[in-house]
Amino acid sequence: MRAVDAIMECLKAEGVDVVFGYPGGANLPTYDAMYDSGIRHILVRHEAGGGHAAEGYAKASGKVGVCFATSGPGATNIVTPLTDAMMDSVPLVFFTGQVRTDLLGTDGFQEADTFGITMPIVKHSFMIQHPTEIPRVVHEAFHIARTGRPGPVLIDMPTDLTRVEIDYQPVGDVRLPGYQPTTEGNQKQIRLAAKAMANARRPVLYAGGGVINANASSELTELALVDGLPVTCTLMGLGAFPAPHGQWLGMLGMHGTRTANYAMDEADLIVAVGARFDDRITGKLSEFAPRAKFIHIDIDPAEISKNVPAHIPIVGDARNILGRLVTEYRGLRPEPARLAEWWERIEQWRVQHPLRYEDSTDTEIKPQYLVQALFEATSGGECILATDIGQHQMWAAQYFHFDKPRRWIQSGGLGTMGFGLPAAMGAAVAQPDLLTVVLSGDGSIQMNMQELSTLATYGIPVKVVIMNNGYLGMVRQWQELFWDRRYSAVEMSEWPDFVKLAEAMGCHGVRLTDKTNLVDDLRAAFAVDGPVVVDARVTREESVYPMIAPGQAARNMVG
Amino acid sequence: MGDPGTKELLSLADLEAASGVRTGRKHVLSILVENKPGVLTRIAGLFARRGFNIDTLVVGPTDDDSLSRITLTVDGAMHPIDQVTKQLHKLVNVLKIRDLEPDEAVAREMALFKISADAAARGEIMQVVEIFRAKIIDVQRRTVIVEVTGTHDKVEAFERTVRPFGMVEMARTGEIALSRGRGET
Repeated sequence: MRAVDAIMECLKAEGVDVVFGYPGGANLPTYDAMYDSGIRHILVRHEAGGGHAAEGYAKASGKVGVCFATSGPGATNIVTPLTDAMMDSVPLVFFTGQVRTDLLGTDGFQEADTFGITMPIVKHSFMIQHPTEIPRVVHEAFHIARTGRPGPVLIDMPTDLTRVEIDYQPVGDVRLPGYQPTTEGNQKQIRLAAKAMANARRPVLYAGGGVINANASSELTELALVDGLPVTCTLMGLGAFPAPHGQWLGMLGMHGTRTANYAMDEADLIVAVGARFDDRITGKLSEFAPRAKFIHIDIDPAEISKNVPAHIPIVGDARNILGRLVTEYRGLRPEPARLAEWWERIEQWRVQHPLRYEDSTDTEIKPQYLVQALFEATSGGECILATDIGQHQMWAAQYFHFDKPRRWIQSGGLGTMGFGLPAAMGAAVAQPDLLTVVLSGDGSIQMNMQELSTLATYGIPVKVVIMNNGYLGMVRQWQELFWDRRYSAVEMSEWPDFVKLAEAMGCHGVRLTDKTNLVDDLRAAFAVDGPVVVDARVTREESVYPMIAPGQAARNMVG
Repeated sequence: MGDPGTKELLSLADLEAASGVRTGRKHVLSILVENKPGVLTRIAGLFARRGFNIDTLVVGPTDDDSLSRITLTVDGAMHPIDQVTKQLHKLVNVLKIRDLEPDEAVAREMALFKISADAAARGEIMQVVEIFRAKIIDVQRRTVIVEVTGTHDKVEAFERTVRPFGMVEMARTGEIALSRGRGET
């Protein structure tokens, strides 16, 4: 069979049932093979949409997301999704077409050095040299993408090499001598960690996206329940612990709760699991958690002591480690009473500093209220919620509650505006039985709104809620707080008319401007079959609080 | 220093201090890699991204056709070197990395010097060449080319000694190194 037909066989062997992509000159052979391969292909309207859709699919399903693009502009359009996936450890395999080998390096039509351009933003990449290596490379790519710290893998395929007839033999095992991720945590370190935890007086469990990637949410919860440890999660970790819950402190970091940030500040032991002490978490690094010792559990040894020195590092798979840590910790019979004072302190913060905002006294929709209404309208968050980047995202993180993993689809590390809609599309394809909502801003949505037609074409019933304040709200907030209210290039104007736009793109459009029956209005909008766009007009100038101002310590939160 | 998101003015001096010159010890990293396209670029790119200056870099074959050895020297404080080796380990084509301690390894580099040498100076140059156990490998009417092999310090010393004769040009390799003893580098 042709090498491209072998690719389809490999995809099926890897359990791939749906892929996203966009054809072009250099990947015509691939698309010819796809034609009757039985693999479902979703034709996006821009390769960036395809890349983010593959991310959303991977995040919601835990499987590897797959995207196809042609050479040159097709490939450069997936640079952002690749970087996004690299930052957030999303398992992806991207196939790019490349000009035929005799044109390589000649600036041929639609030639770009895809392999070179993407080198710093992939977990690994392959440039096909010979058609017979293609099947093995495909399996290696999937193996690398999904194991260890997951990440994106790219396969660049010169078009002539993919048309060659090869003798395809199914590939048995993958051998990569230079790639042997540690999954099994060191038992001695685990025992040490359990002891440190049993002796701690002011411990905090700090969980990140790694817990979700490792499918370790129930182990994390079990650990927390042994003797009642306080738990906080990063933006990426939300859903790893069932919230609301008595032991839940809320999200931590720049727009986290005061309770979570103060607890980190006063903790004597921080148990970090699958989290990487990003600057949005630590604030001023030199004043971050000054009294704490750190247990750092991570699959990636390079994360250990990168930003914060770990006293007890444990490298490995979070599920493997947490499972064994629970056993060790239980064995020590830690005394819950030793945490009484700590919980009292935390309770004080909770009472003094709940998340709050001033609601409107008229019919105006406050953005925070919109999130709360959305939570109610989805029967208490019974949905997948994707967001874009900005204020709406932070309010969603604060006021929506996440009690299950893989329901909260985020671009955390890269902060990619335009991520939300295509990612929600991918998530909806992965979980067709769940309601999928994307909360976006009037800025972010416009960065990939071409995918509304994809939703309509394939009848993917994503409900798009645009928190419309007519501003690039987060930038406006920073200009208000730190740049003397000189609002430079943040006003978005009236356009487009999102309701008309939705209709033009084959979706149902609704505008909501009145909070009086907001929950019912949202429910009614979501009840419409197929993709729906809700243009929700909210307070124009509202800021996200509380906030750790840039470069400040957590204890100096404002608002 | 202020956060980039805020209005606080940054002084050039602060910026320069923050990106200050590292004066950690010299590290010789011996990296065993698979002979695959793009490996060198991946490694060089990683160093550039993490803000490391590569002082020297040598790539060559090993006794196994499918593998190459990259020997590179960097100047780095201990902590970031650790970070770089961990990052290097994440590259799929990298098999092994050793940060060679000076006393546990032998390292050599080679250099070619083209030196002005008229008839009058030639004798003296030959004496210096003798002392350094270097070799004259080309003689022309007004120049000689000398080949020197040795430790980094020896090559430096040779360069200092012959420079006064008039250095026309020179070419130096970086260091290559192997660990002492029976164990593999």
